[in-house]
Amino acid sequence: MAYFQTEKLAVGYRGNVLIHDIDIQIEKGKILTLIGPNGAGKSTILRSITRHLAKLGGAVYIESQDIHRWTPKQLARRLAVVLTERIRPELMTCGEVVATGRYPYTNALGRLTEKDRAVVRESLRRVHALELEDQDFSTLSDGQRQRIMLARAICQEPEIIVLDEPTAYLDIRHKIELLDILREMAHEKGITVIMSLHEIDLATKISDYLICVKGDTIAAFGPPEDILAGDAIDKLYDIEHGSYDLLFGSVELGRPVGEPEVFVVAGAGFGADCFRALQKRQTPFAAGVLFDNDVDCRIARELSTRVISAPAFEPMGEEAYRDAAAALVKCRTVIDAGTPVGTLNAVNGRLLALAKEKNIPVYGGWRAWAEKLEEQRHGTRCQPDV
Amino acid sequence: MQSQTNETRRSISRFFLAVVLLLALLAWGLVLNVNTGSVDIPAGQVFSLVWDAVRAGAHDLVTREDTLSLVTGASTESKIIFSIRMPRMLLAAILGGALSVAGFLLQTFFRNPIAGPFVLGISSGAKMVVSFVMIFALRYVSRVTSAMMILAAFAGSLLIVGVVLLFSQRVHNMSMLLVIGIMVGYICSAVTDFFITFAKEQDIANLTSWSMGSFSGANWDNVRWAAGICLVSMAAAWLLSKPIGAYALGEGYAQSLGVNIKLFRAMLILLSSLLSACVTAFAGPISFVGIAVPHITRSLLKTSRPALVIPAAYLCGAVFCIFCDLIARTAFAPAELAIGTVTSAFGAPVVIYMMLRRRREQQ
Repeated sequence: MAYFQTEKLAVGYRGNVLIHDIDIQIEKGKILTLIGPNGAGKSTILRSITRHLAKLGGAVYIESQDIHRWTPKQLARRLAVVLTERIRPELMTCGEVVATGRYPYTNALGRLTEKDRAVVRESLRRVHALELEDQDFSTLSDGQRQRIMLARAICQEPEIIVLDEPTAYLDIRHKIELLDILREMAHEKGITVIMSLHEIDLATKISDYLICVKGDTIAAFGPPEDILAGDAIDKLYDIEHGSYDLLFGSVELGRPVGEPEVFVVAGAGFGADCFRALQKRQTPFAAGVLFDNDVDCRIARELSTRVISAPAFEPMGEEAYRDAAAALVKCRTVIDAGTPVGTLNAVNGRLLALAKEKNIPVYGGWRAWAEKLEEQRHGTRCQPDV
Repeated sequence: MQSQTNETRRSISRFFLAVVLLLALLAWGLVLNVNTGSVDIPAGQVFSLVWDAVRAGAHDLVTREDTLSLVTGASTESKIIFSIRMPRMLLAAILGGALSVAGFLLQTFFRNPIAGPFVLGISSGAKMVVSFVMIFALRYVSRVTSAMMILAAFAGSLLIVGVVLLFSQRVHNMSMLLVIGIMVGYICSAVTDFFITFAKEQDIANLTSWSMGSFSGANWDNVRWAAGICLVSMAAAWLLSKPIGAYALGEGYAQSLGVNIKLFRAMLILLSSLLSACVTAFAGPISFVGIAVPHITRSLLKTSRPALVIPAAYLCGAVFCIFCDLIARTAFAPAELAIGTVTSAFGAPVVIYMMLRRRREQQ
């Protein structure tokens, strides 16, 4: 049996089952992340695992023991949480906030022993916040607060830490710092981490396992590279307008609609900026000729109306040229993204020559094109109505 | 002790400093209270009388009636001191402390700094039942004993608390719950007014003087009862310091640490209503002590560690009430002010200041 396991777990509120048949098995020291759209029930699952919510069926096991049979204190010694609720304690130092984690270990009056104090300091050190020990908690920034809350959880000396959207409100640097600490805890101390994240890019990079939560059951469970293929993310989040690229971890907004007005001659990453600039101005465009393993090709597929591609590592052939030329002559404008023309993509050189021959204006880079566009718009506005 | 942080050491030494200061103030207040009044008795004479009484066995004054008559029989001064001023000031000290601890517990429960026995309508509930007893029960029994008054006030307090707890099952927003408590308090006031419609002149006068709040008329019997109830409740509250500390991080975290939330909340509300019911029964509703004093205490200690705040709040409440009672008694002598008048005059500005400062801190 796996270290942490749920069996046909059903969760929800007030007897109404929201998500059922949740089956998870993970080993000790692994990181499991729940992803899914807002309101899908990620928090509901986490809160049922931590026993903040009564489960509505099934069971949760840690080392084959049903955790719902444990006393609150037993659970507190093995499982710690970082919740979404923002705490506002008055006149408490960070040290005191962290020390509340010793609750399951101290005597009836909550007296801290030498060992307890050592653990508090060790926890603060783990999150690189030793210098905050004597500082009033209410004076901290969001990033510092979250680290202290993590230290509080670590201070409980748990085997499992459950975190509900720990990176919300944090800027990118603090997100990375926090996840780094979690990775370290999992790796070095064998602490199992179960959390929910909104940042899919980070989730795939930190997690050993992902759970996609959608609908009334979990859509997928497994290592990120197994379950997130193709447009899995777009489907999970119902992204219709725009796209998410898993390899790059990048988001593209919706592609401009209509017949291509601009033809971009690109390749080798020179076109990416140009494509995005065109998208921003809602100008439909075609792109070519791109090798099908090219960065530009990947982005163009999300943003352009038409992509003319050719097999990689082979000279671009006549067929590609004919397709591209046909698309090009229908456009009013051509942008040369600046991709060097060599033997393999000689076709692109011919395309530029064709544009000149047909008297289609060719801009060197998208900035020149954008300036011209501004000028024209400005010009039309100034023209008197006739 | 080496591994304690500077901050912990500082807050503990601050605590002892504050306790010494409060004890000094308390001692000063006690002496002032005993020797001032319509008959001024010099401090020296007070001490010698007390010394005489101690030698005569006054240490069991609280337990035996006959010792009291022995002591008070000696002279007029000693009669004034032992049968009027001493029980009164002791009652003021005991109940003042009780009010402020009750306020502290309610503020913990509601996670709101303006929660207090008076605001929440606990006092109004007590007043409702007390008025019922005063107006209607008096027709059937010859005299209303303190025990009956305590029971009436306690029943009234628990009634309100019960209603608030019922709502708390459905309403999870603590501010909302506080508003419900306040509204229930208004309903109780309406019911009280309804009872008064059927009251005799004498009852109305009695009830009015009761509801203004006063420590006058305190006797040793009251002191015994109040001391018993308050000290036990206060000790119980202190034993709850550990969960109270965890609860400061919110219910979710407290629960994850192993706090039995339902039991803990029931204990909080039971203790705070016991304390405030006791006060309301012996001295009538006294406003603002419950809100202002815990805040003053926290600012004094610069920490919110409950194990330190609870005893200090008790002391601070005792000092606050002793001085307020002194003012009530002597400021416009021979006329006596209601204790509620004085506590509001000093307590309300503190509350306003506190709200403004919190606002500033949050911005």
